[in-house]
Amino acid sequence: MFLLAWQIAAGLAHSRLFPTVTAVLSAMAQQTMSGALPWNLAITMGRVAAAFTLSMVLGSGLGIVMGRSRWLDLWLDNTVTVLLNLPALVLIVLIYVWFGLNEIAAIAAVALNKLPNTVVTMREGARSLDPALAEMARSFHMSRRRALRHVILPQLAPYLFAAARSGLALIWKIVLVVELLGRSNGVGFQIQIYFQLFDVTLILAYTLAFILVAQSIEWIVVQPLERWATRWRR
Amino acid sequence: MDCRAASGTLGDAMAEVILRLHIERKAFPTNSGELPVLGTIDLALGAREIVALVGPSGCGKTTMLRIIGGLDTEFAGALDWRGATIPRIGTVFQEPRLLPWRTVRENLLLAQRTANPQLADELLHSLDLAPFRDTFPRALSLGMARRVAIARAFAIEPELVLLDEPFVSLDPEMAARSRNLLLNVWRTRATAALLVTHDRAEALALADRILLLGDRPAHVLQEIVVPPMQRSR
Repeated sequence: MFLLAWQIAAGLAHSRLFPTVTAVLSAMAQQTMSGALPWNLAITMGRVAAAFTLSMVLGSGLGIVMGRSRWLDLWLDNTVTVLLNLPALVLIVLIYVWFGLNEIAAIAAVALNKLPNTVVTMREGARSLDPALAEMARSFHMSRRRALRHVILPQLAPYLFAAARSGLALIWKIVLVVELLGRSNGVGFQIQIYFQLFDVTLILAYTLAFILVAQSIEWIVVQPLERWATRWRR
Repeated sequence: MDCRAASGTLGDAMAEVILRLHIERKAFPTNSGELPVLGTIDLALGAREIVALVGPSGCGKTTMLRIIGGLDTEFAGALDWRGATIPRIGTVFQEPRLLPWRTVRENLLLAQRTANPQLADELLHSLDLAPFRDTFPRALSLGMARRVAIARAFAIEPELVLLDEPFVSLDPEMAARSRNLLLNVWRTRATAALLVTHDRAEALALADRILLLGDRPAHVLQEIVVPPMQRSR
């Protein structure tokens, strides 16, 4: 419905600043055939995967420890709040200035933007762990590993999924800014090039491809995994 | 009925004592100091004996179970286990405390140190839970969830079972049915058991001995040996 409305409106407008759906799809096909779109998309996806993994692992670990340790929570709470409220652009620019326009700085900039979000979500998860279940595990002498796998992680699962979902949404957005400001490849860099050329068709072609990939990951990976992990609630 | 002082002689079921408990004092810290919960209590428990702790709500019965179960170690006194090793203890908490993301059968298997699916299945059958073995706890009634908790306590082949008001807030019919099912299990897997209840009829139906506890700080008011003909088992 949306695509049909877009096609009709663009046809009526007849402007190169507002291309039709067919023109965008045709540009997408052409960029795919030339290899430019898959190549830049793969580079961006690699950065997304690296930054996502880094922020989830570090953020979850830190969040869980902060949720269980009052002392560490008091000590780090202000730092987390500052990072949470710091504009993404400031963090990206500072990291590029201090560490150079390189791949590691780019991934670190994306991960650091996502990190406080994961910390806060996982801290709430750790705070909400049921002490009665922990006591039950202790009374049956469950090993630490067994208790972690069967008692603690299932309680943290909804928080992990919430952090993963909001994290992916944030990272999709930030990674393009990071590429636009300091990389010479990736979807963000391509969009910057076509912005300078005022080529809205190619901007939309890259944007649409990017949205399709992000949405596919949500449908194919995140949602089925979440349904499986929370099947006991139904 | 034979009533005597707490330090009286022990019955036949106590031929082999597995636990001697001496609590001098137990208190919880509060903002204004501390709240004494348990006074001086002595208890010797036989290997196949069921002892009921009966007393008013909040008098410290659950605290006593937690001390025996090793969940509370901050008390003045001593726990003396036969052979100096702590036996396997199966605990039935007041709330079932099942893992909601695991099926009924998985809840039993996870409590076992070495998986024994045959024992788990036998217990589920004995407690009328066989049709629900692959059900998640969310779909069970409170009475059924309590029976799963009982099955889980027996699934570890315990030498001592601690039962904290396992039938509280069930309707009388369901409570009686659950009691009978518990006795069925106990008959085939006789262990020592400590039962906390405020229902004297339930204590008389299940226990060899009853310790009547006084209000905080809990102390033994009276020890009652239940004559065999009065018990349901």
